[in-house]
Amino acid sequence: MVSTVSPPQAAVNPLTAGRLPAAAPWGILAGSLLASTAVFALLQVGSGEEDFNIVGAVFFGVVGYVLLVYIVSRLIEGSRRAKDRFVTALVGLAFVVAMLPLISLVFTVVAQGSGRIDLDFFTLSLRNVLGEGGGAAHAIIGTLLMTGVATLISVPIGLLTSIYLVEYGRGRLAQAITFLVDVMTGIPSIVAGLFAFALFELILGPGTRVGLSGAAALTVLMLPVVVRSSEDILRLVPNELREASYALGVPKWLTILKVVIPTAIAGIATGVMLSIARVIGETAPLLIAAGFSNNFNFDLTEGRMQSLPVYVYYSYISQGTDFQPYIDRAWAGALTLIAIVMILNLAARLVARIFAPKLGR
Amino acid sequence: MTSPEIIRPKAKQRPGDRVFSASALISGSLILAILAAVAGFLMLQGIPGMFADPESVSIYTEGENFVEFVVPLIFGTLWAAALALVMALPLAIGIALFISHYAPRRLAQGLGYIIDLLAAVPSVVFGLWGANVLAGAIQPSFVWLEENLGWIPLFAGPVSGTGRTMLTAAIVLAVMILPIITAISREVFLQTPPLYEEAALALGATRWEMIRTVVLPFGRPGVIAGAMLGLGRALGETMAVAMVLSGSGVIVFDLIGSVNPLTIAANVALRFPEAYGINVNVLIATGLILFAITLVVNSIARYIVNRRKDFSGAN
Repeated sequence: MVSTVSPPQAAVNPLTAGRLPAAAPWGILAGSLLASTAVFALLQVGSGEEDFNIVGAVFFGVVGYVLLVYIVSRLIEGSRRAKDRFVTALVGLAFVVAMLPLISLVFTVVAQGSGRIDLDFFTLSLRNVLGEGGGAAHAIIGTLLMTGVATLISVPIGLLTSIYLVEYGRGRLAQAITFLVDVMTGIPSIVAGLFAFALFELILGPGTRVGLSGAAALTVLMLPVVVRSSEDILRLVPNELREASYALGVPKWLTILKVVIPTAIAGIATGVMLSIARVIGETAPLLIAAGFSNNFNFDLTEGRMQSLPVYVYYSYISQGTDFQPYIDRAWAGALTLIAIVMILNLAARLVARIFAPKLGR
Repeated sequence: MTSPEIIRPKAKQRPGDRVFSASALISGSLILAILAAVAGFLMLQGIPGMFADPESVSIYTEGENFVEFVVPLIFGTLWAAALALVMALPLAIGIALFISHYAPRRLAQGLGYIIDLLAAVPSVVFGLWGANVLAGAIQPSFVWLEENLGWIPLFAGPVSGTGRTMLTAAIVLAVMILPIITAISREVFLQTPPLYEEAALALGATRWEMIRTVVLPFGRPGVIAGAMLGLGRALGETMAVAMVLSGSGVIVFDLIGSVNPLTIAANVALRFPEAYGINVNVLIATGLILFAITLVVNSIARYIVNRRKDFSGAN
């Protein structure tokens, strides 16, 4: 007997009808990349070139994806969803494009720089070195000395300023300081260097370039960062803690010293480390204020002082006839510098996470 | 109606309190003093350079005076920064949207860290990378640009053989200011009231329509402020430009040629180590002009940021 009932049609879900399946964009991406790779492979065979043009293949594959996903979605889902998918593709693309320089930079610095990372690099100076050999120990010591002095000056001043802004400052002076700290954040680093140079020229005579001058330039750059970060952290300390302390009869200065600062100390430490990370890579102000040198110099008040960023710069611009050792030293210096900055950044985040006050709730 | 008089008992002044508040006040005032000193010393040393006898200044080319010396440098500074901003702004908005509205929630914070890492790379490393890697890699595309778009004055050529041109420098600058603009845009995008977003979605908007009608209008002041801060950084950026760009004091709009303008900051960095006598004052005077330009740009940015107190550029 033949059934009169026709087999049930596949149920149409009105919510998913006319929509691409979730995997469709990925499929289109893969297809587009494959097609573009194939075209470029054919081109390579045709023209007889040795290197496969991977940049071109990826570029046209991605452009093809953006166009294809728009067209397919427009045909199936309509113009509004098509535009949505188009923008999604563009936004994702923006992120990938921004990653390219970072990846390329880290890759090159590690690949080129690791060749000269040896014991000599961290123990020798460039005194009487022509061509190969030599190290950056004098530059590392200079960087540590100048950054250290800048930190010693700017942390107490910056911390006290932020305490003033959060705990004491009312009215016009506090407003002016807040505004000027913002202005100071925007001082170009080279202007800070010129300031330090002009200052020490007046004190110690024309053409003076000493380590202390470099430290002064770094202080100008570091101070606003310390103030801003500690101010933000101090404002996060709950007012209940202060009020509880006052209610117990504790004077204001002891409240700040024993309640507010211990609560915020992890955040303050993080801010200080991040500000050190910011100024330790500054080149221009040290080039102007502290000059450059190939010798060890432990005296901040006498003679020029080399620093790691300036070392990288000078190794790059003053290449000898046999330029490879100079370039190698520049990359090795860059790698050391990046490593220091990254370690400071990571340590700062770790400190913030581990020692964050447990406020409950 | 008279309000009852409030009796405020005067707090007892302890010596510790006085010392502490005084030292806090002094530190705060020190900021004012330092900024005044920066402006003051630059003027003290720079203004003699502005009015120096052109005959006595050896870094001027023949028959040049201070204005003719500094105008091409100002042009180069503004031109490089503007190009960098044009390239970085759309990209930064895209990245900020990606992190705030597109990426999976659990990934978003990590992706933010990665972008922040870009900000941590020292400028001298960017310069090294730009001059040694990017310039060489990008030079072939300049040849293509000249052949196919040569009728646009920006790509007129003749193409520089090294690739160390204005366009390369502007790309490096764009990469350097990307994290600042992204960080501030991201922060304002995340502050969009969720109720507005949900209302737009409930009315049937797609994700892009929701972003266009709710998130972008809400975040516009933040994006503008971020762009201005990025511009301020690009104006003052020294080493990357000094190392990447092979320039001189000329006004040229061509982006890919071998003759390029130089920026104020890069010019100071290149000439200062060998400068002597009155030349030093001339260079300090150009630094003073740079200081004034960035001051104006940053003040405008801060004004926009401070109109909306909820967020700030420094965090």
